[in-house]
Amino acid sequence: MVLTAKDIAGPRDRGWLRYLRSDTFPTFWCAGCGNGVIMQALARSLAARGPAPEQVAVVTGIGCFGKADDYLTTHSLHGTHGRALGFATGIKAARPELVVIALMGDGDCATIGGNHLIHACRRDIGVLAVVSNNLNYGMTGGQFSATTPEGSITSTSPYGHVEPAFDLCALVQGAGASFVARGTCGQPALLRRLFDEALAHPGFAFVEVMTACPTHYGRANRQGDAPKMMRGIAEAYRGKTGVLFRRETAGFSSKYRALQTARKAADGRVGETR
Amino acid sequence: MPVFMQGNEALFRGAVAAGGRFYAGYPITPSSEIAELAAQELPKLGGVYLQMEDELASIAAVIGASLAGVPAFTATSGPGFSLMQENLGVAYMAEIPCVVINVMRSGPSTGLATMPAQADVMQARWGTHGDHPALALCPASVQECFELSALAFTYSEQLRMPVTVLADEIIGHLREPLEVPVGTPIASRPLPSCPPGDYGTYDTSAGDVPPLGFFGGPHIVHANSSMHDAAGQPTTRRDTALALIRRLQDKVTARSAEFPQRRWYLDDAEWVFVSFGISARASLAAVERLRSRGVAAGLLQIQTVWPFPRDLVREVCRNARGVFVVELSLGQLVGEVERAVMGHAPVHLIAQSDGRPLLPGDICRRAGEVAGDGFDR
Repeated sequence: MVLTAKDIAGPRDRGWLRYLRSDTFPTFWCAGCGNGVIMQALARSLAARGPAPEQVAVVTGIGCFGKADDYLTTHSLHGTHGRALGFATGIKAARPELVVIALMGDGDCATIGGNHLIHACRRDIGVLAVVSNNLNYGMTGGQFSATTPEGSITSTSPYGHVEPAFDLCALVQGAGASFVARGTCGQPALLRRLFDEALAHPGFAFVEVMTACPTHYGRANRQGDAPKMMRGIAEAYRGKTGVLFRRETAGFSSKYRALQTARKAADGRVGETR
Repeated sequence: MPVFMQGNEALFRGAVAAGGRFYAGYPITPSSEIAELAAQELPKLGGVYLQMEDELASIAAVIGASLAGVPAFTATSGPGFSLMQENLGVAYMAEIPCVVINVMRSGPSTGLATMPAQADVMQARWGTHGDHPALALCPASVQECFELSALAFTYSEQLRMPVTVLADEIIGHLREPLEVPVGTPIASRPLPSCPPGDYGTYDTSAGDVPPLGFFGGPHIVHANSSMHDAAGQPTTRRDTALALIRRLQDKVTARSAEFPQRRWYLDDAEWVFVSFGISARASLAAVERLRSRGVAAGLLQIQTVWPFPRDLVREVCRNARGVFVVELSLGQLVGEVERAVMGHAPVHLIAQSDGRPLLPGDICRRAGEVAGDGFDR
């Protein structure tokens, strides 16, 4: 499915708007950027699931999508480049009842933050990780990242990129992620469904959104304007979107809670240890 | 009734006594006993132990837990402390309480991994980039390990900032009697009391340390490690930027006189030793040895190295015949002492940086080489 006017206007229920800070609009993002599509789909999924904004904690890092927290009414932490999943892990482990979401770009999540990504998958803690994958570092001028396709032109691969790219969904599945999904910024209804399912998942949920950077990647690689890029991305990933992998899991928090309960019961001298 | 305890365990027990209930770390010699105790004890208290993939993630998880309202800490040594500096910057800038215990070992880099040093003094001050505050406490006994670790939580929550406990390998592994303090206060965070709609994460209208809500609470927290305004929104305004940078420093330095220091035999001291941690312990023995020989020696034991107690050092040292700074590095504390004394008294460095402690006899002898009469009789 490709973006339509109906998707932009949306159904009558505007409950999702309470997650967005319209007083900080317009956003920082370029015309044609897919990040706004991701934000609206996520806000709609939150509204459908129903946690109050104070029950939601969003962590961002550095990069274009690292600005996402500026536009949210939820609790938020805007931190360092690549470390969003570390912060998110601490939040979720300390207060498992919160909905914890890490919003990252491909540089943040998969390049500088790659080590944290694979360990978050293995640890299987109930954080929703959303990656806006625009194939380059948009904020800083379009340098290549770990997801830039081989052969691409970027500002730091002016003669064509010689390194292969990560397939992030394959990477995280290999690292043990219990929920792996991919959508594109041209398919907001699909994104909405993926976020709905990811938010219901008790373990680590990974959603990759292939998105357009018409300002840098698209221009450098002659991919046309934003609508053309969005259609091109949807076409390129036909058959490679949706929930790609899912397994039953209890998730870290319920297992750790069981451990705490068992240890408390086994240790009658809790008061003295203080 | 005293209990026989190791310094690292006392650091952990003090943290727990002050309310520390979340630990995230990466094992590293000579601090690993703290991680092992956290893994063993925190679940019994309803707390959490996380072993992260590295120290970058460890301090990140600690910061996240603190934002979720749980007093949080980590322990490490030099190499890990280096990795934590990036996200310690987040905690300084976004004003998020946390406690970092650094049990110093010999460096640089992987150095002498099992041997003592005191060469992380400047890293505790300037380890992360940019203008930022620092608060670091230095225990010199198992008793002080417990007490200063607990105190670190109090300062951290009250000042909304990271506090470093700068121990060393010898103090961390030392075993001696500990009198467990009664009634250690649980570190409490000044929570916002305004209506949630009026709350700004960095609103200083009620004081220089804005109250901090918590993730899950009714007051929405927008923690931001980039330059931000009172609401936590990013800004590039120069007046806002300067006011924030200044306030981060001033909230600590304005309280300098409140932080603990320890004075030994200073009232009539002509020769003043200035030291901290294990070297203060050895210096005290040296001072007592010199006193028994009729030398008017005294010791200023630095318990709070940052903010550096410049006024106190100046007051104690200005009329001294000589000042001896004793440390296990080629000289980090000594520069601060010189800046404080401002030439009013001669300042001498007694330094060692070979992975071995300075012994009381070494200190007496090296001070005597400078001072002459009576020191090495």
